[in-house]
Amino acid sequence: MRSVSVDLNHDASLLIDIPDALCERDKVKFTVHTKTTLSSFQKPDFSVPRQHEDFIWLHDTLVETEDYAGLIIPPAPPKPDFESPREKMHKLGEGEATMTKEEYTKMKQELEAEYLAVFKKTVQVHEVFLQRLSSHPNLSKDRNFQIFLEYDQDLTVRRKNAKEMFGGFFKNMVKSADEVLISGIKEVDDFFEQEKTFLLDYYSKIKDSTAKAEKMTRSHKNIADDYIHISATLNSLSADDTTILFVSVQKVEGRVASDQELKLTELLRYYMRDIQAAKDLLYRRARALVDYENSNKALDKARLKSKDIPQAEEHQQQCLQKFDKLSESGKKELTSFKGRRVVAFRKNLIEMAELEIKHAKVSTVVVYLVSSGLVWSQQLVTFK
Amino acid sequence: MATSSERSPPPFPDSEDQDVLDSEEVGGRDSDEDDGEDLFMSASNPLLTEMDTTLPPASQPSDVLMKPPSNIMDEPLIEPVSSQTENKPANKVVSEPSDDFVDLTNNVTDSPDEAVAAESAVADDAKDTTEIPLDEPSDEFEDIFGSENEALQEEVLVADVTVEAATDNRAVTSGAIEPPGDGKTGSDDEQEAKETATDPIIDLSYDLPASVAQQPPPARDKCFDPLVDLLSDAPPAADANVPSRATVDLFEDEGTDLFTEPRQTKSATQQQKSLFGEADEDLFGEPLGATSKKTISKEQKDKPVKTKAASHVSNIGGPLQDNSPAEPADIFTEEAVTTLPSITSTSTVNSKTNGVQSEEEADIFAKATVELSLDSPRGERRKDVKAKPSASALSQSAAASLAKPQSAALEELEEEEEEEQGDKFDIFVSVKDPEKIGDGMNAYMAYKLTTETQLAMFRNKTFTVRRRFSDFLGLYEKLSEKHGPNGFIVPPPPEKSILGMTKVKVGKEDSSSADFVERRRAALERYLQRVVNHPSLLQDPDVREFLEREELPRAVSTQALSGAGFLKMINKATDAVSKMTIKMNESDVWFEEKLQEVESADQQFRKLHALVESLVIHRKELSLNTASFAKSTAMLGSAEDNTALSRALSQLAEVEDKMEQLHQEQAANDTFNFAELIADYIRLLGAVRATFDHRMKAWQRWQDAQCALQKKRETEAKLLWANKPDKLQLAKEEIAEWEAKVTQYERDFDRVSATVRKEVVRFEKEKARNFKREIMNYLACLLQSQQQLIKYWEAFLPEAKAIA
Repeated sequence: MRSVSVDLNHDASLLIDIPDALCERDKVKFTVHTKTTLSSFQKPDFSVPRQHEDFIWLHDTLVETEDYAGLIIPPAPPKPDFESPREKMHKLGEGEATMTKEEYTKMKQELEAEYLAVFKKTVQVHEVFLQRLSSHPNLSKDRNFQIFLEYDQDLTVRRKNAKEMFGGFFKNMVKSADEVLISGIKEVDDFFEQEKTFLLDYYSKIKDSTAKAEKMTRSHKNIADDYIHISATLNSLSADDTTILFVSVQKVEGRVASDQELKLTELLRYYMRDIQAAKDLLYRRARALVDYENSNKALDKARLKSKDIPQAEEHQQQCLQKFDKLSESGKKELTSFKGRRVVAFRKNLIEMAELEIKHAKVSTVVVYLVSSGLVWSQQLVTFK
Repeated sequence: MATSSERSPPPFPDSEDQDVLDSEEVGGRDSDEDDGEDLFMSASNPLLTEMDTTLPPASQPSDVLMKPPSNIMDEPLIEPVSSQTENKPANKVVSEPSDDFVDLTNNVTDSPDEAVAAESAVADDAKDTTEIPLDEPSDEFEDIFGSENEALQEEVLVADVTVEAATDNRAVTSGAIEPPGDGKTGSDDEQEAKETATDPIIDLSYDLPASVAQQPPPARDKCFDPLVDLLSDAPPAADANVPSRATVDLFEDEGTDLFTEPRQTKSATQQQKSLFGEADEDLFGEPLGATSKKTISKEQKDKPVKTKAASHVSNIGGPLQDNSPAEPADIFTEEAVTTLPSITSTSTVNSKTNGVQSEEEADIFAKATVELSLDSPRGERRKDVKAKPSASALSQSAAASLAKPQSAALEELEEEEEEEQGDKFDIFVSVKDPEKIGDGMNAYMAYKLTTETQLAMFRNKTFTVRRRFSDFLGLYEKLSEKHGPNGFIVPPPPEKSILGMTKVKVGKEDSSSADFVERRRAALERYLQRVVNHPSLLQDPDVREFLEREELPRAVSTQALSGAGFLKMINKATDAVSKMTIKMNESDVWFEEKLQEVESADQQFRKLHALVESLVIHRKELSLNTASFAKSTAMLGSAEDNTALSRALSQLAEVEDKMEQLHQEQAANDTFNFAELIADYIRLLGAVRATFDHRMKAWQRWQDAQCALQKKRETEAKLLWANKPDKLQLAKEEIAEWEAKVTQYERDFDRVSATVRKEVVRFEKEKARNFKREIMNYLACLLQSQQQLIKYWEAFLPEAKAIA
């Protein structure tokens, strides 16, 4: 089941998937498998091992490529995070003494399942990242992307050193400051003006929703865990029917949690990142606009001074061209992004509603069965 | 019971529902069924009843042959019996046996071939085996045996107890009684034996013709008629018009003949018993067969045979009665003989001429009797005996039972439960309308206490008083002082909660204080109901006063910070110390085990309570989080520029809002139905442990007295040796005094032990019942909320799909 549907126009000429991943301590090694009919690749079918850092490298190079400034660069996959299940596992180990054996096993199973889910999700987001690249008409032709797919050795992407890390941080600071600065610029195109306000608004909302959805999901999980303990205790009280109830209810609750996580939280999370990418596009465009206006000013100045006029003119032309190009492709990208978002929401919301109904039905049946079971044992107990 | 070995596993829920249904249908009457039902599972019986109501007429013809007479006999017989014993708990049981009895008598006249009966036993077994796929029927079948068995035993009791019971009845019962005991087992054995050989049916079919060959045609007619009717309108039916009287005679002959035949295989006693067993089957087996549907022709074959079997039971009954001093029985049989033949003849004629359908009427009667007899073994609620035989009543009840939705299981169980309780105690206490009286720290909560009762010990049927919380505590103090040392489990009231009450006193109208008041109100109600449900505590004048008297002297000793409270604390501390110092060498394993059980249960309950509380907290958290998510989604929806998606998102927000409500309700459900219940039981378990402590104290007193006595004796010996006669007299007196004390204390200890034991058993029974009921409540709520959830999401689904 794909957690986030990104409406990919499945182009059979380049198919990418991650059939396998290996978790080695902190590193996760993904096997990236490519199937292609494109002549730019040497073989039609190949697999390479890649790490999370390689994905980040690919993303960064794409972002830095000037030609792609007018495109929404698919958001980079988040860093694999196995901390929370690990931490929980650790806690569980500490609390082992206070639990019955059964309870412990169940909790452990639950955690293992959670761990597995996290793992799968990680693989998926990485896969989706590559698939979005492969389905993009321009990005799929990127040289770095092709190298990423094809080069059968370790890419051995150099880890960022401290200076670079700091540089990145600094760049971010500059960017934010710049964003504030250029936000005052007068927009020449209504479309982008609208998009900007919309995306800004939408981003803050979706960020909020994501956080809330995460909380909600966590509460569901907590309840599922409570059920585990309760059923274990009931079991030791030998209240059999009720134990069955809680075991099953727990399963349902757990599934509700994981499905909500998958269908809702992941969706929101992904689009939060995607909107960030769209915002970046807008930023780049605004930057280009500012550049263009600056170049205009420079040209005016040059004309006043009658100095370096052709140079200034050329620069101004370049800026204009760049800006126009950015605007054009940005418009296209943003429109397609909108369509993509709606489709994805539709699909996920439908699936979530269906799953919720399914789970509720299951638990209805369970409750019903247990209650009729109680009717039965009721008589046993009463007349024993 | 031997048959239990082949009892199929608990049927699937549906069937259970049915049975609950049935019990309800029959419901409304007093529930002294316990003895009637404990031995076997009552579950399958109801099934029977329902089934028989649904009996397709077509399957009946065979029965009709035998049945109509029985019915006719039934009515007169039953009425007297029932009227005589009307008010006795066992009366239904009596009525049932009488049914049998009737059958028996009928059979005598009818044509009871023992042999056939024996064969029918075989047939039954055969049925058993054939029916194995149909688990339930076979189940019931055995149950029926069981119930019959009991019924008969009961009958004995009744006969003994009710002197005015009809003599004939008595005679019959006494006659019948003998067989039941071993008879049942015998039949069971037989069954098993038969079951191993799976071809009994074939045997039967062969046997029958054979027997017919031996006998004059009428007999054949009798045996075959039903068979044929059922299988197909085959020629043998034609024989039916042979004079029935003749048939009877012939049958009797045949009976004896055949009787021997089966005996060859089985021991004589077994035979008899099997016959008896068949009688049961006859009564009950019919409905059974009917339900299992005529599709199985074999079964049908069996059925007629069975009916025969029943008749031959009566035969047995005859001899038995003869042996026993009961003359009336004889008279009865004679009567039966005289009256029945004509009826049988008509019915046979009917069957001949009109075929299957003509017997419908007769069927109805048969059904009626069957149902009746079924009811009584169930013993839960006896239906009106008189009403039963009438076809209309039957059809009504049938309709009712059919009409009832199966899914109502939950509520019905509850109702049943309540009824039971009501029947037992006839008193309901409700605590309502908590009201804050006064201001500031002197404020207190007063509750309206309404009692509804049927008991004669109260002046009115309903009365209401106002009581404050400390009054409830005061009542507990008094009761535990009086009854605790005697080993009674005095239900404890909810604890004082200074924090909770302070909040209420300060007058904050927030949800947590409302929650607190409601929790306490419910706890008080449960506490009081437990008190009045206790047969001994109810008799206490203080309880009565508490319920009835307008003004109650203020209970002072309950204040936590008062001098009395301080004293109590000291007492408790000394108690705890003495508890530790007393080393009781437990003589009774039961107490040792129970104490351990109680202690571990206490621990588990405490753990469970903590868990449920955390569940509630998490659920409330979830509710909060859902609410904030809903809000956030609504915002997102408003920000969304795609109209359809925006709409869907705001719909989602609404769904989540409702979800929040559901979670909140569920949290309340968790609290009130589950956490509170557990809290109650933690308190109750404390009370149970207290009774163990009281028992230990009684023991200690006894031991101390013994020690003292020992010392006195030593002094006496010393005095004797020192030759001091003046003091000797005194010492002797003291010894006598202590001896009396020792015996007194020993008796006390024994009494306390007995009470504790009784109380613990009662407590456990109550606990099981209570838990089941509360869990059912809980489940009902859960079910409801899940259904709501489905509804909400289903409403949302089209919205999501509408996103373009």
